Amino acid sequence: MKILVVDDEADVQPLFLQRFRKEIKNHEFEFDFALSGEEALDYMKEKHSEIVLILSDINMPGMSGLELLLRIRHDYEVPPPVVMMITAYGDDENRNQAMSSGANDFLTKPLDFNLLKEKLKELEH
Amino acid sequence: MSVFFYLAAFIMVTRIAKTFKFSPLRPKWKPMFSTAQLAIALAYPFSEIAGDGISSIIAGGILLYLVYFGLREQDFKPFKPYLEAHYPLIGVAFVYGLTKLILPKFVSEYEEYSLIPIVAAFIYVLGRWAASKKQMEQINIFSQRNAELDRLVAERTAELTNQKEELQATLEQLQATQQQLIQSEKLASLGELTAGIAHEIQNPLNFVNNFSEVSMELIDEMKEELEKGDKEEATAIANDLKDNLSKIIHHGRRADGIVKGMLQHSRASSNVKEPTDINKLADEYFRLAYHGLRAKDKSFNAELETHFGDQLPTVNIVPQDVGRVLLNLFNNAFYAVHQKQKDNSEGYKPTVTVSTIAKDKQVFITVRDNGNGIPEEVKDKIMQPFFTTKPTGEGTGLGLSLSYDIIVKGHNGKIDVKSEENSYTEFTISIPG
Repeated sequence: MKILVVDDEADVQPLFLQRFRKEIKNHEFEFDFALSGEEALDYMKEKHSEIVLILSDINMPGMSGLELLLRIRHDYEVPPPVVMMITAYGDDENRNQAMSSGANDFLTKPLDFNLLKEKLKELEH
Repeated sequence: MSVFFYLAAFIMVTRIAKTFKFSPLRPKWKPMFSTAQLAIALAYPFSEIAGDGISSIIAGGILLYLVYFGLREQDFKPFKPYLEAHYPLIGVAFVYGLTKLILPKFVSEYEEYSLIPIVAAFIYVLGRWAASKKQMEQINIFSQRNAELDRLVAERTAELTNQKEELQATLEQLQATQQQLIQSEKLASLGELTAGIAHEIQNPLNFVNNFSEVSMELIDEMKEELEKGDKEEATAIANDLKDNLSKIIHHGRRADGIVKGMLQHSRASSNVKEPTDINKLADEYFRLAYHGLRAKDKSFNAELETHFGDQLPTVNIVPQDVGRVLLNLFNNAFYAVHQKQKDNSEGYKPTVTVSTIAKDKQVFITVRDNGNGIPEEVKDKIMQPFFTTKPTGEGTGLGLSLSYDIIVKGHNGKIDVKSEENSYTEFTISIPG
C-alpha cells in the first residue's frame, strides 16, 4: 500500500520511516513524502493511480491541507484515494470542516502512531 | 519785601507735601515737611528783626537749600521743573538783600521798582507750578493706569501659573498613561502571539516525544538483530538512533528558543544591543505571526515567501525590540491580505514576503504584502500614535508609532513605506550594520 505523507516539517519523514520500519521491510507499506500541498498535487499528477492513502497536515504555509483535500476531491474522482487530515488544532470546528470537505478521517497531533497503524491495517483489508 | 521769599519757600514745601498726601512715600517725608514748614514760619519773624536785607538773604539761602535738597532726592524728581523755577526768585532774593545792605538809600528810593522783579519771579514760580501741576495730574493718571495694568498682569500671571501647573500635572498623567499603553501594546501583541507560540512549541515537542518513543522501539529491534547476529542491520539501527538523538536535541533547542523569545518579548526592554542574526529573527517572528493568525481565524491562509540574503552580517540590535517591530509589520501584512481575501476570494493568492539584504553597510528588511494597500490620504498618518484603520477594539494605533520609535530613535535606522492602492504595501526597515 502506497502512502503519501504531506507535511512542511521535513523531520516527519525519518519519523514515519522508522515508525513503520518493520512494515516497510515486509513491503506492507510504502511511503512517499511531499513538503507542501503544491508538491503533493504535482506528485499526484504522475502517480495518483499508485497512491492509496494520503496523510496531510492542515497547517502549512501556502496551500493548506484543506485546500489540497478539496483539489484532490475535485480532480480525482475515480478511484477516490483515502485522505486523512492531521492537525495540531483538534477542535470540533476544524474536524467538521475537514470531514465536510471530504476527509475520510481526522487525526490530531501529536500523532498516535499505534492508532494510525491500526487504521492503516484496517484499510488493507 | 522778604516776605515773598519766605512765602515762596512755605508754598513750595506745602504744595509738595500736598501732592504726597496719597503717596506711599508720605510717611517717609511727612515729618520733614512739617519741620520745614514750621522752620520757615519761624525763620521769617526772627530774621525780620535783623532787617529786610539780611532776612531776604536768609530766605534766598533757605530757598536755595530747599531746591538743592529737592533736586538731590530721587523722590522729588517729578518736581524738578517746579523746583528749578525758583532760581530767578533766589537770584532776586540775593541781589535784593545785598543791594539793600550795601545801598539802602538806593533801594528805598526805588522801592516800588524793586518790587517788580520780586513779584515777576514769584509769579513765574506760580506759573511753573500751574504747568507742572497739570503735568503731575497726567503723570498721576498714568501711574494709576500703570497700577491697574500691574494688577491685571499679576492676575494674568497667577492664572497662567495655575494653568501651567495644571498642564504639568496633565502632562505627567499622560506620560504615565503612555507608558501603560506601551506595556499593554506589548501584552496585546503577546496575546496575538500566544496561539502561534503554542503551535510553534507543540511541533518540536511532538518531534521530541516521537523520536524518543521510536528510539526505544529501535533499541528493542537492535537487540533482536544482535541476538540474530545481523551485525550490519544492528549498525544501521544504531546510526538511526544517533540521528534520532540529534533530532531530539535539535527540536528541544527549537522549543527552548521559542520560549526564550516569548519571555524576551514580554519582558521590559533591556535596551541591550547584541549581535543578532536578522534572518533567524525575521523567520521566527514570521512563523509566529502566521500561526497566531491561523489559530485565531481558520479561514485565513497565506503564501509565506522568504528571500533571506546570504552572507548577512550580524547586526547590533535589541532583538526583542526589533522583533516587536517585525511582528507588528507581519501582523499588519497578514491583516491586509486577509481583508482582501475576504473581499474577493476568486483567483486572489494572498502572499506575504519577507526579504533581507545587506547593502552599503546597512541591513534592509522588507516586508511586502499584496493586500489592499494604503490609501494616499492616510499615508502621512500611519506613523502617528493612535492612528488606526482597524475597527474600534481591534487595533491600538500604536504599533507603527512604536515601531518608528524603536527603529529611528533606538537604532538610528529608517522605516520607509511604499504602497499602491489595491495592489501592495511594502515596508522597508534599514538599520546601520
